[in-house]
Amino acid sequence: MTLTHAGRNAGPGPRDGEEPVDPTAPASLTSKLFAHPRNAWYVAAWEHEVTSKKPLARTVAGQPLALWRTSDGRTSALSDACWHRLAPLSMGKILGDELQCPYHGLRYNGAGRCTAMPAQKTINPSATVPSFPVVERHRFVWVWLGDPDLADPGIVPDMHQMDSPDWAGDGETITAQCNYQLVLDNLMDLTHEEFVHSSSIGQDALSESEFEVSHDDRHVTVSRWMRDIEAPPFWLKNMRDRFPDFEGRVDRWQIIHFEAPSTICIDVGVARAGTGAPEGDRSQGVNGYVMNTITPQTDRRCLYFWAFMRNYRLENQTLTTQLREGVHGVFGEDEEMLIAQQEAIDANPDYEFYSLNIDAGGMWVRRILDRMLQAEGRSSDARIQG
Amino acid sequence: MAAQSKLRWQPAEVLETSDVADGVRRIVIRPRKAQPAAPGSHLDVEVTQAGRTIRRSYSVVRSEDEGRRQTISVQLAPTSRGGSRAMHALREGDSLRVSYPLLNFPLGVGAARYVLVAGGIGITALVAMASALRRRGADYAVVLVGRSRGVMAYLDDLVEEHGDRLEVHVDDEGTPLDVRALVGEVSRSDHAATTELYMCGPIRLMDALRREWTRHELPGPNLRFETFGNSGAWAPEPFRVRIPALDREVTVGEEVSMLDALENAGVEVMWDCRKGECGLCVVRVLGCDGQIDHRDVFLSDEQKEQDGSLCACVSRVATGDRTLAQAGLRTLTIDVP
Repeated sequence: MTLTHAGRNAGPGPRDGEEPVDPTAPASLTSKLFAHPRNAWYVAAWEHEVTSKKPLARTVAGQPLALWRTSDGRTSALSDACWHRLAPLSMGKILGDELQCPYHGLRYNGAGRCTAMPAQKTINPSATVPSFPVVERHRFVWVWLGDPDLADPGIVPDMHQMDSPDWAGDGETITAQCNYQLVLDNLMDLTHEEFVHSSSIGQDALSESEFEVSHDDRHVTVSRWMRDIEAPPFWLKNMRDRFPDFEGRVDRWQIIHFEAPSTICIDVGVARAGTGAPEGDRSQGVNGYVMNTITPQTDRRCLYFWAFMRNYRLENQTLTTQLREGVHGVFGEDEEMLIAQQEAIDANPDYEFYSLNIDAGGMWVRRILDRMLQAEGRSSDARIQG
Repeated sequence: MAAQSKLRWQPAEVLETSDVADGVRRIVIRPRKAQPAAPGSHLDVEVTQAGRTIRRSYSVVRSEDEGRRQTISVQLAPTSRGGSRAMHALREGDSLRVSYPLLNFPLGVGAARYVLVAGGIGITALVAMASALRRRGADYAVVLVGRSRGVMAYLDDLVEEHGDRLEVHVDDEGTPLDVRALVGEVSRSDHAATTELYMCGPIRLMDALRREWTRHELPGPNLRFETFGNSGAWAPEPFRVRIPALDREVTVGEEVSMLDALENAGVEVMWDCRKGECGLCVVRVLGCDGQIDHRDVFLSDEQKEQDGSLCACVSRVATGDRTLAQAGLRTLTIDVP
């Protein structure tokens, strides 16, 4: 093959030792290892995971962090390496408002400034560890690893169902051994449910129905309505939890809301067929929100924070537990597929991605992320990062 | 954020030079590989003069065009050890080696108020911080101290950029800085515990600010400073170092450090930072017939008063205020380094 056009089939990406690729050159949106924007809020942990008892070690966007709270409850995210000999501060002790290095006892305040050094009366003025902006919102601890002057809490993605009195639910964290973009692809196109989740939420109506895609520069929405269909097992159970004598067919919806860089909240539900749900009357149905936010850790690993929120029978903890367990099973099927996909990608370095019509939502996501990366002077292909 | 402390060298070219005050030269550098410098960053610079390689650290005054234009400023030291003279000799198109930006003096986020205090050429460390604070919309003040307006670099630019937030104190206009009043004002404000003071300048100014800060029991970590260990209470003069245990005597010229002189004479000394911060090169003093000019920030005030030890990398011996008992060089007697 002659490399006359620098298209997607021009061959594999660069390997170690080859000439570096100009990162400002346009990269294909179908990069298999998609880089992550740095100027963005990512979830580091659930709020309850960060305590004033013991620091938490978490890697976010390539940066190992020590997350902890001072005695008055303020959250601090410090680079997880002591200034002195780089011992991990996450193995240290929280002493009131200070975090003590486990190795030689240097202490740091929440801003990462050293407050005590062993065996000397002064403190070296350069002794600091990087600290990163933190916001607690929607039951999560969000961190910003890019330019701190751009860390605007106003652009923390909207996940208000997580802590709204109108919704109840719970979730978990998956450590997914794959590039974060594969998870976004997965969530932006739910036709995979028919094949990956055939025993719970999958049905052929999914791939047979039309969908609509809309977007702006930070959001993508994919809407799919399936009218007058059989309720799949998961939804039949939920309908009967709310309407014990329910029988018959349903109108089903999946409205996927993406917000940059990696949050996807999916409005899902079913209602008795023909009772007006597509027109806005959902009173004869059950509605849930699948809350997902994905945190890149390395090029091939991400944290996948999810929760399933519902807006009916809010007081019922058994339902909360059952739904969490149910979604846990469904997402386990996704995780298995994503790991297998990443392994196949790595085992076939010379093959590129092709797209289908169903990838429209995911491709808009990739374009938004690519623009964020370009604004940072970077390329969407993680293999050619400088 | 990018690595902040790893020293990596690369070739660079001089894009522009100009004078920004009496004896202060502005040099715009284009590194081969651009990397933006965060406020508070410095570059290590290597120039060759008469076959000798000289390394110096200079604050990045401005980092523009994604790091393709890095501006530093160099004051010609009257007793230059060669560094500032070689830097002043640079012309457009000359090549040199520079480090990637290094950051030991980061600007914090989230303080209620920021006070930046610059003495003389120390302003170079604070120009970019002041601009960042203005862009952020932070509450800040810039306090400039100088001997005369003519030697104060970037004065007009700063007046224009910061207006009322800038306060200028000039010795020869009879408007010196009242350090007590400045720190007193910080300590009386509602935001005393969350005010950060960043300072860079002569060690006497920084010592005075630090003492007041401590006296008012303001939080130590909120007092931020950077020193390249090159200012003292007295002008450098040559002195003699005697090490009885090794039966050695070494003369320290006015243009070299005591550490350099000892090493050049084959006396082995342990060191790391070479700017008076880490304390590895501390030597024990057995006697001194002059004044020890402590230029480090490692020893405490009490330790400096006792004169029991000194940091060989930056500290010196001066005749000082003493009446000369005898002519010739002052002598410092030390234990084995």
